[in-house]
Amino acid sequence: MSSFKRDKKEEEDSGGNPYQNLDKTIVLQEARYFNQTPVNPRKCCLILSKVLYLLNQGEKFTTQEATEAFFATTKLFQSKDVMLRRMVYLCIKELSTLAQDVIIVTSSLTKDMTGKEDLYRAAAIRALCSITDSTMLQAIERYMKQAIVDKNPAVSSAALVSALHLSSTAPDLVRRWANEAQEAISSDNPMVSYHALGVVAGSRKNDKLSTVKLVTRLARSPLKSPYALCLLIRLAAQLVEDDDSEASQPYIEFIECCLRHKSEMVIYEAAHAIVNLRKTARDLAPAVSVLQLFCGSSKASLRLAGARTLARLTAKHPTAVAACAVDLENLISDPNRSVATLAVTTLLATGAESSVDRLMKQISSFVSEISDEFKIVVVRAIRRLCTKFPRKHQSLAAFLAGMLRDEGGLEYKAAIADAIIALVEENPDAKETGLAHLCEFIEDCEHTALAVRILHLLGREGPKSRQPSRYIRFIYNRVILESGPVRAAAVSAVAQFGAQRPELLPNISVLLSRCQLDDEDEVRDRAIYFSAILETGDQQLINDYIINVSKPNPVLLEKALRDHIATRPEEPFDINAVPTEEEPKENKEAIVEIEVRKPVQVSMEEMYAEQLSKIAGIERLGPVFKTNNPVDLTEAETEYRVRLIKHIFGRHVVLQFECVNTLSDQVLEDVHVRLECPPEYEVKSITPCQKLVYDKPDSVFVIVEYPSAFLDSLGTFGASLEFTVRDCDPNTGVPDPGEGYADNYPLEEFEMGCADQIRARAATDDWEQTWERAANAPEASDTFILSQNDINDAAKAVCEHLGLPKNAIIGEAVKEIRGGGIFRGGAPVLVRARLAGGSAGITMKLASRSPREDIAQLLLAAVG
Amino acid sequence: MVHTTMEGSLFEPTLYIVKGMCILDNDGNRVLAKYYDKNVLPTTKEQKAFEKNLFNKTHRANAEIIMLEGLTCVYKSNLNLFFYVMGSSHENELILQSVLNALYESVSILLRRNVDWRTLIDNLDAVMLAFDEICDGGVILDSDPMSIVGRAALRTEDVPLGEQTVAQVLQSAKEQLKWSLLK
Repeated sequence: MSSFKRDKKEEEDSGGNPYQNLDKTIVLQEARYFNQTPVNPRKCCLILSKVLYLLNQGEKFTTQEATEAFFATTKLFQSKDVMLRRMVYLCIKELSTLAQDVIIVTSSLTKDMTGKEDLYRAAAIRALCSITDSTMLQAIERYMKQAIVDKNPAVSSAALVSALHLSSTAPDLVRRWANEAQEAISSDNPMVSYHALGVVAGSRKNDKLSTVKLVTRLARSPLKSPYALCLLIRLAAQLVEDDDSEASQPYIEFIECCLRHKSEMVIYEAAHAIVNLRKTARDLAPAVSVLQLFCGSSKASLRLAGARTLARLTAKHPTAVAACAVDLENLISDPNRSVATLAVTTLLATGAESSVDRLMKQISSFVSEISDEFKIVVVRAIRRLCTKFPRKHQSLAAFLAGMLRDEGGLEYKAAIADAIIALVEENPDAKETGLAHLCEFIEDCEHTALAVRILHLLGREGPKSRQPSRYIRFIYNRVILESGPVRAAAVSAVAQFGAQRPELLPNISVLLSRCQLDDEDEVRDRAIYFSAILETGDQQLINDYIINVSKPNPVLLEKALRDHIATRPEEPFDINAVPTEEEPKENKEAIVEIEVRKPVQVSMEEMYAEQLSKIAGIERLGPVFKTNNPVDLTEAETEYRVRLIKHIFGRHVVLQFECVNTLSDQVLEDVHVRLECPPEYEVKSITPCQKLVYDKPDSVFVIVEYPSAFLDSLGTFGASLEFTVRDCDPNTGVPDPGEGYADNYPLEEFEMGCADQIRARAATDDWEQTWERAANAPEASDTFILSQNDINDAAKAVCEHLGLPKNAIIGEAVKEIRGGGIFRGGAPVLVRARLAGGSAGITMKLASRSPREDIAQLLLAAVG
Repeated sequence: MVHTTMEGSLFEPTLYIVKGMCILDNDGNRVLAKYYDKNVLPTTKEQKAFEKNLFNKTHRANAEIIMLEGLTCVYKSNLNLFFYVMGSSHENELILQSVLNALYESVSILLRRNVDWRTLIDNLDAVMLAFDEICDGGVILDSDPMSIVGRAALRTEDVPLGEQTVAQVLQSAKEQLKWSLLK
């Protein structure tokens, strides 16, 4: 290899690389040469390649430079050289997004596309469509229709692909070419039929019935192109997924039939579809055996395809995958490490406890060779293993600790720490060893963020262990040795020990008092704060400010603070009004997958914050307390679709009606909502939507003030949409001249319930003490007979009414619901319900405690 | 309520399959590259960083396929050139593989089987046209190397042997030999 490398360098020196050290200004100078006649095609080609090369290397052209180069290029249309003409098209396409007045070449391109030279026509169509906008399109429509059914496959493909690109900007126009495209599906050329199918399917994307017709027809007369078949399988699979009934049986049969196709691409496509669609292991068998064959292929892509699809199957059908164990075993030492990693992790997920040790040994043989991304996959697999085989925790934790000691980036280390943290949380037996590994790790951890997280965990879990004093030494070492943020975190962790283990309090006080001399402000502040609270000895105070501190969502907290300073700086700020951070939902499906891009997690409140900020006077309402999930107020298939989102504030609710106009020939103007409120509610202001164009969601906002008594806040609202209709041109969206007419559209009724106004969570570990501590708060209780027959359904329904998550339900025969939350306005509330089934139905005793008696009663009223 | 954006498990019925194609040289520098999805690696800076990373991960082991930064990349190398085709991590790998074959084979025919950096640079215009004939804005336009070459190799006149420099003749002879040895 090195000799070749030297060769290359030598050649560069002797032959001279025309593209080396290209200078933009010189190349643009050279482009002036295009004006000369007669044209020297070879020389011009080289100059055009240089321009294209510069663009390709990411050189920035100003609009003027691009326009100049573009116009110089157009001069080359006088040459008849085929190669040169093709390079001109390429340049036109590349420069069209940068230069001005590119439509000047329309006529030249139209001439080429309708001319006799086949080599020009296809490329000219593609160039033309890249410079045309939807208004110009009508002029060339006739030519496009002809081109789609042209007998030259290149021309036909070019027209179809261009039509597909155009359909994102001018869908209606392109829909008019569907007949021609339909005809082209049956072309003899495989690519033409693939592209035609793409265009036709795209134009029917929202029309399920005609998609059904299309798929049914084509499934009977098999397509020649493997690509087209893959697309057809995807369309069929989507139909099956939407409609799981008997009616979809023909599609399944079609897909299964494709498993016997001669092209591997189609076979894999079909197997992938079946694996994702079929429910029972028996239905899966043919697909799985195909994937098994793939695993033994000589081509790495096939092995990866097979291993990856089998890996996806582990969550749903571990037994089906376990049957492939032999094939996967062969892949463990695969030269392609992606394949090897997938094989090992899949085996770990499906294998028996006895094979764990052997596989772990395999992993450790190549774990140092693979990149961080794959190491993370391995770590996640081990993490799942910890859950599955708790008894293996010792060897697994040791393995993780070994990985933790190796070199690696932050993300990798964080994944390992996560795995150990999960192990510590789930498995009481592993707690001590896990914590010990983490203690050892922070002794020598270069990542501040990770050290802070681990210190936080030690603060939470350490005090509950048998020998809490062991951990204090590790934590306190950090105070002596580390940077500011880590010292601050260590102080907080030490304080947790003082709060939860009274016998350690004297020692902790000494440590904290030493920290009060720290250089860093934050460290001193924390030390003083915690010392002061601990010295009071008030259990309630310690509990609320050290042990169970609510964590507000930082994004919303920042916004709330900003609004507060802008509107009422003199009043005290209430932190309870800010929504707390939510626990990210655990991903239930444990898929072995190399997923490098992380899904973005955004809470509802953050999602809508920007839209809300546009309403005039919204900052006067204070911070958003809670944003509820959208509710549909119309049927799915109607002219206008409306969803309601309730944003709850301290004393107001903002009703956001998100409307979509599904009629392409109408524009709605001045869209209002007429509300029929329950008594005591008062509409404060309405922000109408000025213009609602086709398929573009927009919102009407209504600010409503809550009744002054909490108990009156439960009720039902009626609503209807009022607007002015104006007809418009479906293609351009320009409204017809003349006045529109007023119209209205009734919406479904909606409720304001208890769940809307409460931020609830399930009970925590120390539920009994919390409930007892609230014993002197006002309590409301009552006994109800529930209409449900099944006790599980009943418990779920009650949770739904109260806004509690399902994990608030505990117990088997006698169900108990325990939970608490914060009501809008900031009052805390606790609720406990006991459900018992009997011959007469289900009886429930519900009790709620809150400092505000009316809120406690409201909770009962919500259920009753 | 926490929202997670999870990809559906089925493949999406779309024609926009190719996210990018590129050819890199021996040092991982870009010779030619095209990216087709404006949501994937939108700036040249990100693209080049991705290419560097890709090259570092792939130039030693010829393992055909790798998953990197949310993309499935299939690749093939010869002497001092590396060919890559990228698609979404949720895409049929074998379709991408077929595009890579089309790319490699048509370039190989265009360069008369002398797939090396020097020959490629000398025929860069034809290779650019081949890129354009294989993929248009992410849609596979053609995958048959012969028909791609038929539309890209349009140079009619060939430089007669007499007009070539001695170095050129020697070099093409050397390349032919290399090719026959590697076969």
